[in-house]
Amino acid sequence: MARRTIKVDYLARVEGEGGLKVVVRDGKVRSAELSIFEPPRFFEAFLRGRAFTEAPDITARICGICPVAYQMSAVHAMENALGVRVDGPLRDLRRLLYCGEWIESHALHIYMLHAPDFLGYDGAIDMAREHGDIVRRGLALKQAGNRILAQLGGREIHPINVRVGGFYRVPTRRELKPLEETLKGARDLAVQTVRWVGRLDFPERERDYTFIALRHPDEYPFNEGHIISNRGLDIMASEFDDHVEEMHVERSTALHARLRDGTAYLVGPLARYSLNFERLSPLAQTEARDAGLGETCTNPYRSIVVRAVEVLYACDEALRIIDGYTPPERPTVPVEAREAAGFAATEAPRGLLYHRYRLSSEGSIEEARIVPPTSQNQASIEEDLAGFVGGFLDLPDEALRHRCEQTVRNYDPCISCAAHFLRLEMDRG
Amino acid sequence: MPARGCIVICIGNPDRGDDGLGPAVARQLRSRLAAGVEVIELDGEATALLAALDGAGSAYLVDACAGGAAPGTVHRFDAVDAALPEAMYDLSTHGLGLGAAIELARALGQLPPRCTVLAVEGRDFNIGAPLSPPVAAAVNDVCRRLQAEIAETEMSDA
Repeated sequence: MARRTIKVDYLARVEGEGGLKVVVRDGKVRSAELSIFEPPRFFEAFLRGRAFTEAPDITARICGICPVAYQMSAVHAMENALGVRVDGPLRDLRRLLYCGEWIESHALHIYMLHAPDFLGYDGAIDMAREHGDIVRRGLALKQAGNRILAQLGGREIHPINVRVGGFYRVPTRRELKPLEETLKGARDLAVQTVRWVGRLDFPERERDYTFIALRHPDEYPFNEGHIISNRGLDIMASEFDDHVEEMHVERSTALHARLRDGTAYLVGPLARYSLNFERLSPLAQTEARDAGLGETCTNPYRSIVVRAVEVLYACDEALRIIDGYTPPERPTVPVEAREAAGFAATEAPRGLLYHRYRLSSEGSIEEARIVPPTSQNQASIEEDLAGFVGGFLDLPDEALRHRCEQTVRNYDPCISCAAHFLRLEMDRG
Repeated sequence: MPARGCIVICIGNPDRGDDGLGPAVARQLRSRLAAGVEVIELDGEATALLAALDGAGSAYLVDACAGGAAPGTVHRFDAVDAALPEAMYDLSTHGLGLGAAIELARALGQLPPRCTVLAVEGRDFNIGAPLSPPVAAAVNDVCRRLQAEIAETEMSDA
């Protein structure tokens, strides 16, 4: 078949509005383009002229799924600018809050958005009719993440308790205690989740990715570490702009990011896992191996398994933090405004989230730059499509279109974040 | 889970113009309803909605919508009888919104025996905008309708 056209106008089960166009000529994929037409939201411009203290609450509004990531990158960048270091229990509480967000975000993607692709359902609702118990398990897991956010963040969505220098209020040991029971239950559900997704059928497709993620001397990364790659990159957040270039591409309201030599790279669970396997908890490592994962994973369709392993790790880590928690003397460390620039990258559920700010001597934001994970992954998503679709051309149109959507959903793209839905157009000639 | 009686779920984001309808209704309604009726504010994310619906005897859901009618128009849907109209699915900025939450609840057998949606046509959903005048005027109307309907239902249940 020399000419074939497949088109998906709105890709469902992704966050935000986008589309996809694949052009095939004579059995070869000529181009694969992810278009993002969600209107840009100008958050970086809103931030100019605001006080540095407002950044965590303003940027949290960029995303309803990963507000903690925005708050964390914002506070770390401000603390970097103002020469403040947040340690001890305050640092642990930030990791705990991040655990809540990973559990919540990954559980939503695994169960409600991605699993229907593997089980042949149009969406979570169809899947719930026949697999009610599985969907209930996913919802219970997500609720456990919500509880962490509600306890530490003050509420489940758009937490309001985070501030530059620490928190407005920190919990007592007694207040964290009920979370322990919830999380023990969630850890069991997470183990079941890894075992369940490990048995799904995966297209056997591998790619030689450039993975980029944080790496910390002793922890699986959330808030802190060097930015490293599997190709020798090892930099601080302050050097990010020297190595990464953002560019406007006509089909997308979200800037594309590439390394300065033009290489597309991948951030998110696959990259984090492959660069930090030995930093996972022993239970997470064991379950990962039993689910068929090696120490690295280059099959993007298996990202659902990696997400499940990360949920399990987040439950383990949250329990470890709660067990060792002693409330700090003060909920925050003093912070004073000064003229400075600050940089930070933290690990949002979807991958590296970079913030950069320039502050005036009074602490007002003069310049802000935010590079979300989905912006960074756009080029890699397109390369996956270009690389994989050729091998699926024997599929009938409907199945092929579905496979393309699944390929995009491997990334759990958050287009709302990146642009600050998705449409698939398949042109086979 | 034991039945929780009657709940009102007000959905919306107060910082997004007419999407603030739900929270505005919640503020007015709390002082006007009988004790025991739970008023819950949510942002519309499906799994949180599903958790809120679980175990309720009767549920009223209040949200803004963009269905093409005149701004301020109040639509009433009985969600037990049928799925919400297709247009209602597109309200949420996320993949799963109110329509999906109701269908998930139905598929899982968790839809309350009574489940009513009151949706108000919005006009302006811009960041930082206040409620537009027709939607602000509808807030009181929605509160009165809910008060009357809940009182009537509770009476017939008593």
